[in-house]
Amino acid sequence: MLYGYAGKILRVNLTKGTVQKEALSEEFADKYIGGRGFVARLLYDEIPKGCDPFSEENIVVMANGPLSGYYLPASGKIHFGTKSPATYGYADGNMGGHFGPALKYAGYDVMILEGKAAEPSYLFIEDDKVEIRPAGDYWGQGSITLEERMKKDLGEDFEICTVGPAAENRVRFACISHDFGRQCGRTGIGTVVGDKKIKAIAVKGTGSLPAYDLEGLYESGKKAYADIYEKPGFTGWTPEGTAGITNFINQVGAFPTRNFQTSYSDHYEQINGKAILEKIKITDKGCFCCPIPCGKYGHAKTKQGSAYVEGPEFETISLFGGNCELKSIEEVAYANYICDELGIDTISGGAVAAFAIECFEKGIISREDMGMEVKFADLESVIHLMNIIARRKGAGNALADGVKIAAEKLGKGADKLAVHVKGLEWTGYECRNAPGMMLAYLTADIGAHHNRAWVLGRDVTGTSANVHDLITQGGTGEKMPKSPVTGKAQGVIDSQHLRPMFDVLGTCRLQMMELGFEVEHYEELFEKVTGKTKSWKELIGVSEMIWHLTRSFFVRETENFGRRMDCAPYRLCSEPVLSGPNEGHYITEEEVNILLDEYYNARGWDSEGIPTPETLERVGLSDIAEDMRREKETTGG
Amino acid sequence: MLKNPAVSPEQPELKKEDEALKLEALHENCSGCRTCLVVCALENCREINPSKSVLRIQGLFPGPGTYRIHLCDQCGACAEVCPEDAIRNENGVYKVDPDKCTGCMLCVAECPHDVMCSHPDFPAPFKCTLCGACVDACPRGAIRLVEETGLAAGNAK
Repeated sequence: MLYGYAGKILRVNLTKGTVQKEALSEEFADKYIGGRGFVARLLYDEIPKGCDPFSEENIVVMANGPLSGYYLPASGKIHFGTKSPATYGYADGNMGGHFGPALKYAGYDVMILEGKAAEPSYLFIEDDKVEIRPAGDYWGQGSITLEERMKKDLGEDFEICTVGPAAENRVRFACISHDFGRQCGRTGIGTVVGDKKIKAIAVKGTGSLPAYDLEGLYESGKKAYADIYEKPGFTGWTPEGTAGITNFINQVGAFPTRNFQTSYSDHYEQINGKAILEKIKITDKGCFCCPIPCGKYGHAKTKQGSAYVEGPEFETISLFGGNCELKSIEEVAYANYICDELGIDTISGGAVAAFAIECFEKGIISREDMGMEVKFADLESVIHLMNIIARRKGAGNALADGVKIAAEKLGKGADKLAVHVKGLEWTGYECRNAPGMMLAYLTADIGAHHNRAWVLGRDVTGTSANVHDLITQGGTGEKMPKSPVTGKAQGVIDSQHLRPMFDVLGTCRLQMMELGFEVEHYEELFEKVTGKTKSWKELIGVSEMIWHLTRSFFVRETENFGRRMDCAPYRLCSEPVLSGPNEGHYITEEEVNILLDEYYNARGWDSEGIPTPETLERVGLSDIAEDMRREKETTGG
Repeated sequence: MLKNPAVSPEQPELKKEDEALKLEALHENCSGCRTCLVVCALENCREINPSKSVLRIQGLFPGPGTYRIHLCDQCGACAEVCPEDAIRNENGVYKVDPDKCTGCMLCVAECPHDVMCSHPDFPAPFKCTLCGACVDACPRGAIRLVEETGLAAGNAK
């Protein structure tokens, strides 16, 4: 008996229209644990080298972790992965809500989508019953509208994932949406789902999950919740959720503003967590078994329209409120709604919108192509941009490819305005005086993303306090001294192992990251659920192995992979910050190289950032070490 | 168990023999996390399987953007409609006798809160036992025990 797992992999071949159920092997589960571990290994094994993300050969994997669905705090996370249409490399993303547990109760730890459906379709899963059904007029619908409709058509007890019009039109940053406000947002996994002609996945599960020590889990689960209730952040952090960090990030000069031209926004108090509570919030909205619901569901009224919408959470505030300079929380929330309905990742969406506006200002995109005069601090411009992107109209056709590819198409120096790493747009933390966080972005395994490692607090305060403590402590808004760039690698590496571990286990990391909930709880819960004893250190070892695995995938899929893939965007290593606490600061190219040298060395990678065969063997990836050796021989490198 | 003091009133001790207590939902506190469902099935069935729980959380989305908690208030509509007299009030809790039940499902159809439940694993419908596990487990204090009068027992003078 494999405790902690439903026991099956569901393999759906959309080209052939077949459904296979395979047993999850204990050996595989032991080595890769679940979630992100399963996704990383399956992508490496099942995607042929050099595969076009838009081909039948690309696959989409979704995987629960061993703790998903059990009685313990925030056990509702599921992990998705594919070969990214934005970066052409390793791509994964995580989603909360209730979809993951439902899939597990239906009997599946993992679902793999292969091939492409001949016509628009949706997947219907009710325990053993798995069907590929015609999507009919679901195709073309907005994500929120469709979820509401499918709940009526199939029943409220179905958990539903949808993709929006953006995915149908191959916008490279289309997301997967669920539960009226939860998304697997980044790297265009929704794009690939849409390219496979899958509009939605509906799941209902009525099975039981096996726990090795059920009574022990019940007690440990109660204890875990009780300990969370005692954390100061339980009552201090929860009310505003992720938006609660807005003031701090702005006051330490790390708030992306005006397409990353600067890192401080004067209007931050109009778009922060407090503004959400005062202006738009209706209810707290939590994911499965979560005691600290960060979702703030509300209703926003603007001149351009009004809408019910979950969020905005911090990233959306940062990219639309800071980077596009929308001036009120209602406007940010409405932009959030437009993205959600179209199925656009709000992070890349906000980053691309800001890039587009600056390109327009500088004459790189004409008014004719744009369709209207777009400007910063203007909701109408943002709405227009999201619509032309989702439908690939006019300038929207290039912008729908993300800032990197769009800049290549546009020319005229647009690449200097494109803030991304590996083709993935930068997220909500400006780093020109946060070298550790800069390194975290440069080396994140999917491109510029903050969830792999977050060391900004350490950069600006020198301590590794949890987020609630940072917020409480506050930022002064005063001039910051220039930070040194040495000694940053190990902190980033530790964070890159720690945070993704929660994506492996199938739980949310925020209990720990925001409130300081202790890792010892997870050792105990893991043992009660699976019957296997693993110290946190051993689990972190698995996380390290996965890091080398995802890097190896990226290396394999990129011709002449090298240091250039980790380089900083032009703006962040050449232009000083224009205003605020970090005015005048930036990290030079030489300093970026110092950061990377230190990091590669600590990782056991060569000077081009490629894992050495010895390192791969050390972490238990001997077969991939062999692949690397073979590759070197054939290319003569 | 400790609760968020902002949303969780003091709770009276649940006494099985105390006929005066029943469950009450504070819908506006609910965040839709469904911890109550997991714990309900865990307490009563000793299984990890929220589909065997006897309450329901309904999300009213996209609008009005609120949650409704559907739970058993021991109203007895199930017992009244049962043609086999298989549901009886024992110390203020209506209980199903699976031996007497013929599976006609009239009680399921009749329940005003849609919390008379059925599951393929069980021969008879099943319902809330007023065990109080959901009250203890809710991180939001959204379910509480009240006296029959409808006043929160903990707040009663």
